[in-house]
Amino acid sequence: MSEIMTAKDLCLWYGNTQALKNVNISMPEKSITAFIGPSGCGKSTFLKTLNRMNDLIPSVRITGEVCYKGTSIFDKSVDVNELRRDVGMVFQKPNPFPMSIYDNIAYGPRTHGTTNRVKLDEIVEQALRGAAIWDEVKDRLKKNALGLSGGQQQRLCIARALAVQPQVLLMDEPTSALDPISTSRIEELALQLKEKYTIIMVTHNMQQAVRISDNTAFFLLGELVEYGKTEKLFSQPKDKRTEDYITGRFG
Amino acid sequence: MINGKIGKKRKAYIILMRTAMILSTALTASLVIFLLLYVLGRGLPNVTLELLTTKPSYLAGTIGILPDILNTVYIVLATLVIVIPLGVGAAIYLTEYAKNKKVVGMIEYAAETLSGIPSIIYGLVGMLLFSNNFGTSLLAGALTLVIMNLPTVMRTTQESLKTVPQSYREGAFGLGAGKWRVIRTVVIPGCVDGVVTGCILSIGRILGESAALLFTAGFAHALNDIISGLVSPGATLTVALYVYAKEEGEFEVAFAIGAILMILTLLINLSASLVQKYFAKRRNI
Ligand SMILES: Nc1ncnc2c1ncn2[C@@H]1O[C@H](COP(=O)(O)OP(=O)(O)O)[C@@H](O)[C@H]1O
Ligand SMILES: [Mg+2]
Repeated sequence: MSEIMTAKDLCLWYGNTQALKNVNISMPEKSITAFIGPSGCGKSTFLKTLNRMNDLIPSVRITGEVCYKGTSIFDKSVDVNELRRDVGMVFQKPNPFPMSIYDNIAYGPRTHGTTNRVKLDEIVEQALRGAAIWDEVKDRLKKNALGLSGGQQQRLCIARALAVQPQVLLMDEPTSALDPISTSRIEELALQLKEKYTIIMVTHNMQQAVRISDNTAFFLLGELVEYGKTEKLFSQPKDKRTEDYITGRFG
Repeated sequence: MINGKIGKKRKAYIILMRTAMILSTALTASLVIFLLLYVLGRGLPNVTLELLTTKPSYLAGTIGILPDILNTVYIVLATLVIVIPLGVGAAIYLTEYAKNKKVVGMIEYAAETLSGIPSIIYGLVGMLLFSNNFGTSLLAGALTLVIMNLPTVMRTTQESLKTVPQSYREGAFGLGAGKWRVIRTVVIPGCVDGVVTGCILSIGRILGESAALLFTAGFAHALNDIISGLVSPGATLTVALYVYAKEEGEFEVAFAIGAILMILTLLINLSASLVQKYFAKRRNI
């Protein structure tokens, strides 16, 4: 399996406070990578660096390198909108736009120039099927997306991200705002999606990491403490701090 | 209370305060009702079809306020057409683009101060800036009103822009949308309520404005279409009220206009609250 995203000596500051310290990692494609660690350790910050969502925060300063398919994403020649099209994002709190279900899904393709109605219909159906929500919404595509339940909204957001045909899907605690049933549906979905996409997911839930991820990265105070095969990291952690964390001694 | 004496004193005090408050409320309410009934009672009987649909004629000795009604409509339209793009544009720039938050804060503060300045000062400035350059005209009046209402439109739009959740912007950026597309498709639709509120407030203010327009738009009652109307002097309803009462002693006409203005004001306040309810409902679907 080849590597799709790598970080080299990545440091990040919010103003004067350092949030990431020399992170080195390479993540294989068509797999699920989980980020775990106590809250405030920099998981979201690192995830948002991968598609440059941090550009939106003026105080952020970054050194080091992040490569997507071998090219530095900070390079001047990189079009950040194209990067985000390839490296999509699903947020912690479902954030559908206040428009119809159809327009939510069509937002991305329209942004990137698809206007043909027939084509859009096809993309919308594909994306909704891909996110396992087609059957629930196919009769009300014109209804406002804010009327859906929380779990449905999150799958809608996944569908919305899939509609631009990304390569990588970044998910920041996608189930933390959801009930157990919606959570397990999203987990099943993630397992299906990794056939076609690379998934990088922050999770606050270690069982979730064990259940679905291939590789796990443990962060602590802005450092990547340990990274490896999920079974290995949870059964034979190399670092004392990892062991303490996964056995629930802190965090 | 442990001590009965203090308890009694306190009781008397409470009763006194309550009575005072009830009395002042009653006084306020009866003043408002009196004013309403008095103006409507003296004005409405004089609101005839002839008054509403003709222009004043010195030959026939009749008075009609159609020109003043049209002038009011023209000046409202002209002001809104100019003030909306300016105010909304400024609000978008300040909330979405401007980096220096200190300067933004200062501009917001200045805008708030500006909307409290007596309108006669705007009139004075408008006269020097506009009327003295291209003549006393509805357009000069409209431009003065633009300056007066710009802070209001900008501030109401800005406030509603701030209520657009950051998560919508993030969602759109995350799909690879550029800044302008995010603003156009996600941010602006979310601030329509602020723009509408700003418009309604402005219309109310324009209807009630006299001082600034006396200086800039003049008192004429000629019947014009919108284009020739804007480039010639003209009185709005409020200015006409002043002219008829003060210069011509036509109190029946003045009260008729007063009644019309009052009804319009009520309608505007009503639509403002309806609009607010409508958007509040739409927000929590
Ligand atoms: N926008 C921001 N501005 C300043 N500091 C931030 C910002 N976002 C996060 N931080 C800080 O960076 C650190 C890492 O945060 P975060 O990446 O959100 O952690 P996690 O997702 O692991 O809980 C925390 O100390 C947090 O306070
Ligand atoms: Mg987080």
